[in-house]
Amino acid sequence: MDNKSVELDAVFHALADPTRRAVLAQLGEGTATIGELAAPFDMALPSFMKHIGVLERSRLIVSRKSGRVRTCALDRNNLIAAERWFGEQHLLWQTRYSKLDNLLASIKGDDNDE
Amino acid sequence: MTSNLRYDFGADKANGTLTIAREFDAERQLVWDCHTTQELLDQWFAPKGLTTKTKHMDFRDGGYWHYAMVTPDGQSFWNRLDYLTIDPIDTYEAIDGFCDESGRVNTDMPRSQWTVTFTDVSVRTLVTTVVRYDSPDGLQKAIEMGLEGGMASTMERLDELLPVLKGR
Repeated sequence: MDNKSVELDAVFHALADPTRRAVLAQLGEGTATIGELAAPFDMALPSFMKHIGVLERSRLIVSRKSGRVRTCALDRNNLIAAERWFGEQHLLWQTRYSKLDNLLASIKGDDNDE
Repeated sequence: MTSNLRYDFGADKANGTLTIAREFDAERQLVWDCHTTQELLDQWFAPKGLTTKTKHMDFRDGGYWHYAMVTPDGQSFWNRLDYLTIDPIDTYEAIDGFCDESGRVNTDMPRSQWTVTFTDVSVRTLVTTVVRYDSPDGLQKAIEMGLEGGMASTMERLDELLPVLKGR
């Protein structure tokens, strides 16, 4: 359990940043090179590499260098342990509140879905 | 429809807290009513895919809400929210916990204290919920137990969770 606890601290830190969450989301669709992952961000490469470093140390992702190209992938085992719980809590509140939005709209007699 | 409503979700593991802040496009009295009356709670409180069933509701200091979140195949997860202090329409504090159908709290499961605050933001209402476990160990235990199943099985797979995390 101690081992899991340490991982969770690193995972929470890793997930606290929108850039890192976006990187995880992109890797959820498949492996990608550093260049591909960095492309959507207006950020210097050394800054972006710091985010990659945080994700690697949290063991949410793994990377492999082949020639001059570094490729990243999700480490699903660790994601399944901790990020999943965080994600589930997030999703629970999000879907709960989405229902409340609908209820509020119906009470107010709002039938224009803007 | 509501994508421009503020939604912040954060976890502070060292302090054993989760903080959820969400804006609603309605006046404060109405948002408060939705959080504090059975007829309205039953219509939204259970997350996606589940329905809410109230067995007992007494919204006052020292009262409690005893309810189940029911899965489509009829499985009930019983919960109990014990109200500590209520200050309409600004804030209430309560203790959350798992229980059985008779309302007896499962003391093996971690409990958490909720502080729910309602504030005006122009014509909207911001609801801030701080979920505080009695210790970092309590949050850790909640995570470990959550991972063992229960509600988790009704939630989407990891691949479907990742887009939720994106940019939020």
